[in-house]
Amino acid sequence: MSVHALRKSASSSCSNILVVFVGIGLPIEASAPAYQSHGTEGSHLTNITNTKKAFPVLAVNYEHVRKPFEIALWILLALLMKLGFHLIPRLSAVVPESCLLIVVGLLVGGLIKVIGEEPPVLDSQLFFLCLLPPIILDAGYFLPIRPFTENVGTILVFAVIGTLWNAFFMGGLLYALCQIESVGLSGVDLLACLLFGSIVSAVDPVAVLAVFEEIHINELVHILVFGESLLNDAVTVVLYNLFEEFSKVGTVTVLDVFLGVVCFFVVSLGGVLVGAIYGFLAAFTSRFTSHTRVIEPLFVFLYSYMAYLSSEMFHLSGIMALIACGVVMRPYVEANISHKSYTTIKYFLKMWSSVSETLIFIFLGVSTVAGPHAWNWTFVITTVILCLVSRVLGVIGLTFIINKFRIVKLTKKDQFIVAYGGLRGAIAFSLGYLLSNSHQMRNLFLTAIITVIFFTVFVQGMTIRPLVELLAVKKKKESKPSINEEIHTEFLDHLLTGVEGVCGHYGHYHWKEKLNRFNKTYVKRWLIAGENFKEPELIAFYRKMELKQAIMMVESGQLPSVLPSTISMQNIQPRAIPRVSKKREEEIRRILRANLQNNKQKMRSRSYSRHTLFDADEEDNVSEVRLRKTKMEMERRMSHYLTVPANRESPRPGVRRVSFPTVHFEQPSPPSTPDAVSLEEEEEEEVPKRPSLKADIEGPRGNASDNHQGELDYQRLARCLSDPGPNKDKEDDDPFMSC
Amino acid sequence: MGALQSLSDEPEYRELAEKTGFSFEQIGILHKRFKQLSHNEDMLRRADLDTIPDLACNPIRTQIIEAFFDKRNFHQNGDGTVEEISFEEFLVVMSHFRPPALNMTEEQREKVRREKLRFLFNMHDTDNDGTITLEEYRHVVEELLSRSGALGKETAKGIADAAMLEVASISMGHMEPDEFYEGITFEHFLKILKDIEIETKMNIRFLNMDTTTLCK
Repeated sequence: MSVHALRKSASSSCSNILVVFVGIGLPIEASAPAYQSHGTEGSHLTNITNTKKAFPVLAVNYEHVRKPFEIALWILLALLMKLGFHLIPRLSAVVPESCLLIVVGLLVGGLIKVIGEEPPVLDSQLFFLCLLPPIILDAGYFLPIRPFTENVGTILVFAVIGTLWNAFFMGGLLYALCQIESVGLSGVDLLACLLFGSIVSAVDPVAVLAVFEEIHINELVHILVFGESLLNDAVTVVLYNLFEEFSKVGTVTVLDVFLGVVCFFVVSLGGVLVGAIYGFLAAFTSRFTSHTRVIEPLFVFLYSYMAYLSSEMFHLSGIMALIACGVVMRPYVEANISHKSYTTIKYFLKMWSSVSETLIFIFLGVSTVAGPHAWNWTFVITTVILCLVSRVLGVIGLTFIINKFRIVKLTKKDQFIVAYGGLRGAIAFSLGYLLSNSHQMRNLFLTAIITVIFFTVFVQGMTIRPLVELLAVKKKKESKPSINEEIHTEFLDHLLTGVEGVCGHYGHYHWKEKLNRFNKTYVKRWLIAGENFKEPELIAFYRKMELKQAIMMVESGQLPSVLPSTISMQNIQPRAIPRVSKKREEEIRRILRANLQNNKQKMRSRSYSRHTLFDADEEDNVSEVRLRKTKMEMERRMSHYLTVPANRESPRPGVRRVSFPTVHFEQPSPPSTPDAVSLEEEEEEEVPKRPSLKADIEGPRGNASDNHQGELDYQRLARCLSDPGPNKDKEDDDPFMSC
Repeated sequence: MGALQSLSDEPEYRELAEKTGFSFEQIGILHKRFKQLSHNEDMLRRADLDTIPDLACNPIRTQIIEAFFDKRNFHQNGDGTVEEISFEEFLVVMSHFRPPALNMTEEQREKVRREKLRFLFNMHDTDNDGTITLEEYRHVVEELLSRSGALGKETAKGIADAAMLEVASISMGHMEPDEFYEGITFEHFLKILKDIEIETKMNIRFLNMDTTTLCK
């Protein structure tokens, strides 16, 4: 199965990847433009008179567009395949997409070979510089921080020690295997085996993402496997470079090992540092983009890509840089950028990572057909078996140790999924491909790597879903964001920090709290534009939820079912509402109508799933609907107020001067019950922009702050309507009753 | 250094260990901490807990301290508050934060979950009438946001009201306009928080090694 000789010429040049495919089908001759000389030397003038042809109305010049044309065609093909799968209903439920794409790649590769051309191979440079970064950035930017930080110790142990164990176990045993005479591989030395072991031992993020996306497993296991696949890059880089260097030299000294360990720390921490620096730069830049919203997403992408490239330049871990950059920049950037930019970033990241993933798998298939291959039954089968065995042993052994330090232990089911979910993918292939040709075992290694990848992706990828069902492993809870849960999550954080304080030891929560405080006091101040940095998380979440509801309303045309319209504030507080005089009512309505025209929203929603995105585009629709909704509510409330008799003393209407620019805000005393809370809710999101409400009130505002003023006024109005009356202990000539 | 002290109190510790589930070392360390906080007296008072510097910037410190003196958390079916607590009661309150053991059955887990949620419920239900009223919930959210200054109070109310609405919708489904939702009962509370998996979240690490001398 070796097309060795044929391929050698093509494989050397990096830019020949997409050379052949289209070139076969189109019998083209690059036709020359008319003024080109036809062979005769001499001045141009004579040439023109010599060979005059008819002016070419239609000419084909394929060479001109060859490269981009072929690239675009490949991508289009890949996406059409992807489209095709999802149209076949039962297929996508049984077989994970990655398998299907590899099969397509195999078919395409076979087709190309049959035609007689050489199929392109997944070029390592293309892979590492173009195809991998979008996937990793997407993963890093949307990394769920809370579960990640809670389990970071476990993840690191699996990533570092697990990968080391895998590499050495496999390398060592394969070397032992090669020593056996009957295998016929006695030429393989230990270092080569260890190199091979280090390439094939790392869990691949692309494959893991592709498969785990579809099985919706519980958060803990997902983040363990996924986090491991991301963080083991540093180990892989170091081991690979180490063994690559050594196998050229042939010997290893203790000093080399020591340097290797130091190198590991440099690579991983350096990568994280580079990523963090670029992340802070991006966050800082986003602070000033309020006037140029259109290019905001570009900053995010470019800074991240620069982080990746910079760290690759220094042979640091590019993946860790990219993750660090995404994680660091996200909270600040999201506080600064506009809603549309956020949506753009999200869509672009998902789109690019989707395309990349598709292309990677197809190319894997094509490269398999392309070869070169050197098949050795024993070696390959042993590799596959050893992969599985070492993974299982590694996970079990490490979990045993880790469980001693974890509060919430990992159960057997968790361990099984973590072990079974350790898929290998394109990174291993690319690393193998990068091996220089001086390794005599290169082809054997490549074949074995491809076999392992196929085995893990096909067998493990396809069977993991039924196994998850069979073992009844906990799945991810598809729950709507609940404000109660959010309140209690935050409450718990503070509670646990407090109890740790009482207990007297500085635990997890203590340090988290310290970091939060540091973040709030120093970092946010510099990186977040305007006054937003003071906004607590709970409020942000609340606004998110609200907007989500409004948007759901836009889409479905009715109130969402979480808050059925049968239950409203009345059910919770059936206190009587005071009467409002007719004149007041008219004034209020008029002002409301004017102010409600100026709604503006920002929407944030959480999503880190590959295939589903929350649709949040209709900003204008949303504001219109909210307008209508709030208007409806207002009307309803108005009529309710006016018809329900107050069983309290009616308030002194004279006190209620609705003079908006000079309104004061005061904390209501507990018995007062603002009833129009649902109205307040709508405008809540604008409130945080003005942390000190008093300051806004002086004087009428125009232009840009009209929106805000509008919201605030509206809010005050809402309170004005709902409050039962001035406090008994307040003076009559209070300019505005307490709200 | 500190671990061997427990041997002298062993029978007492054994009883406590059985009651609360802590190990001997953990009890020893907590006892040491208790003595440190109470200045070597037998009973702990609110003022002693107030002096912990780590609690100073915690927005819900009053509730946390109250929880220690709340008889409902002592598992003795009492209610009301006390002025001072003994070590046993301190330990019982702490035991609410123990992680569930690895090999628990589903029922045991459910029991642990109920216990922890009951603790939270007691923290919110300050007047001990078995329901969390809107006012109490508002107070909770206000305390949580209390560090945001004046801004927090209005939004706190909005948030608390929305949260209450959510509970009402989930628990009651449909209500007539003139019906009144009294407050969150414990069953409703369980229902709305059942997705949090509180038994994995509401835990702190109790060390077997003595580090109390490192902290104030």
